Amino acid sequence: MSPRPVVRSKRARGIISRRVDSLSPSGIRKFFDILSTIEGAISLGVGEPDFTTPWNVSEAGIYSIEKGYTMYTSNKGLLELRQELVRHLRSRYGLEYDPDTELLITVGVSEALDLAMRSIIDPKDEVLSPDPTYVSYGPCTVLAGGTFVPVPTTVENDFKVKASDIEKRVTDRTKAILIGYPNNPTGAVMGKDDLGEIAKIARNHDLLVVSDEIYDRLVYGVEHTCFASLPGMKERTILMGGFSKAYAMTGWRVGYAAARPEIIEAMTKVHQYTMLCAPITAQMAAVEALRTGETAVKEMVADYDRRRRVMLKGLNDIGLACFEPKGAFYCFPSVKVTGLSSEEFAEKLLVEEKVAVVPGQAFGESGEGYVRCCYATALSDIEEALRRMGRFVERHS
Amino acid sequence: MNKEVLKIMEKDAKATPEQIANMTGLSVDEVEKTIDKAERDKVILKYKTVINWERLGEEWVQALIEVKIQPQRNVGFDAIAERIYRFPEVRSVYLVSGTYDLAVVVVGKTMHEAAAFVWQKLATLESVQGTVTHFLLKRYKEDGEILDGGGEKGRRQPLTL
Repeated sequence: MSPRPVVRSKRARGIISRRVDSLSPSGIRKFFDILSTIEGAISLGVGEPDFTTPWNVSEAGIYSIEKGYTMYTSNKGLLELRQELVRHLRSRYGLEYDPDTELLITVGVSEALDLAMRSIIDPKDEVLSPDPTYVSYGPCTVLAGGTFVPVPTTVENDFKVKASDIEKRVTDRTKAILIGYPNNPTGAVMGKDDLGEIAKIARNHDLLVVSDEIYDRLVYGVEHTCFASLPGMKERTILMGGFSKAYAMTGWRVGYAAARPEIIEAMTKVHQYTMLCAPITAQMAAVEALRTGETAVKEMVADYDRRRRVMLKGLNDIGLACFEPKGAFYCFPSVKVTGLSSEEFAEKLLVEEKVAVVPGQAFGESGEGYVRCCYATALSDIEEALRRMGRFVERHS
Repeated sequence: MNKEVLKIMEKDAKATPEQIANMTGLSVDEVEKTIDKAERDKVILKYKTVINWERLGEEWVQALIEVKIQPQRNVGFDAIAERIYRFPEVRSVYLVSGTYDLAVVVVGKTMHEAAAFVWQKLATLESVQGTVTHFLLKRYKEDGEILDGGGEKGRRQPLTL
């Protein structure tokens, strides 16, 4: 007997759902493939720290495994971790959250974002978000059935989103504003006053604000403002944060969402059916990170800051104009001087000079003409990459 | 004095004034002045190189010696510590709390040489009441540097968003 065909012949509809089919694949796949064939390439195309997790944090994870903590946690996450987070958010941002009803431990901000969108979006609801921005914001909105509305930002305003540009795009279908500052890919930060303007729109149009603050600890010479800490905004904000960037814990996959009880309850429902809980080892390590990780965070931030200055000056010196990024670990220089599109620039640079950067266009239309360069890279590699990029720019302008 | 300059140099004595200027946002001139002043004020004591002699198969021994001292009136432990640290065989001397007083690190070409220093020089000093010698068997980490390279290290994906 021949095996039954797996694919039913309903050719009119492919096997992949229209919704997923409509998502464009990640903009860096091609570069990944080229990069893996090139020897001696320097990658400025990473999106994570080059430190390993501070040892005391890793060791706490190892110890918890030795002690037999290898089971599920409650859906909401370890109470101990939620309590530490409450203390953390209180001392850093003066926020008061109830660990039982207003906090959820997630598998990184990535999951928190997915849960947030699925919990608040009805079909055709619109989500406004600055462009360029982190690659998953659009897809997560679409997967939840919503419509993603990019709000262009420009270098003239240091890639901060203007409240007036948001307001112009508000309709009666607008449900939420989704922001991520410090920003990936631009490194832009938004201060208290800038964010206050967005808060006004949220209040006036009765919108939620989903705020991805994964880079909150990585700011240089400025203070991070937590959106939820603005007057009246805690009720409207789904605050998302995590451990990946501050504590160099990307691979552990642990983050959190904080919001008012009805939202956290809804998100917990989705989380319980789709994820169950964040890995217990990561949660145990995260407790240790919050308790003892402060010195390590400060040292890492000081180190990023040195490299930030080197890259910023270096890029401007070779003719790739770059505004000063005050957060995250990215520089976002313009490549317009070469006359190449950001994708052409990235591809030629990789082939000709063996330096990988990410075309800004991967992060949205407004990223065209720019590339993302990560300075969480060894200083000697940054210096060498800048020399190669200098040669490249000279040849192409 | 700009501590940021010193922190960078503490990690890498070979960092040039230009590199440090780029990292800190100071001018090259400011960096040079900071280094000059730090050298003059003995904030920077000297520049040295951490060498992994084991890799060259060099044979040498180090011993950590616990030294119990009878402190002397007026000078406490300082006089005897000075007497000890002036010996070139002595690499480090620390006054410590606990069951003994001075922790002395001695280096020698051979175990015999290091041991001879202890019984001939150290143990015979008048105010030394007793010594316990621990020969070091393996150096894992020295002055913050892991000597075997820390073993296998995780690597990042070359491109991530």
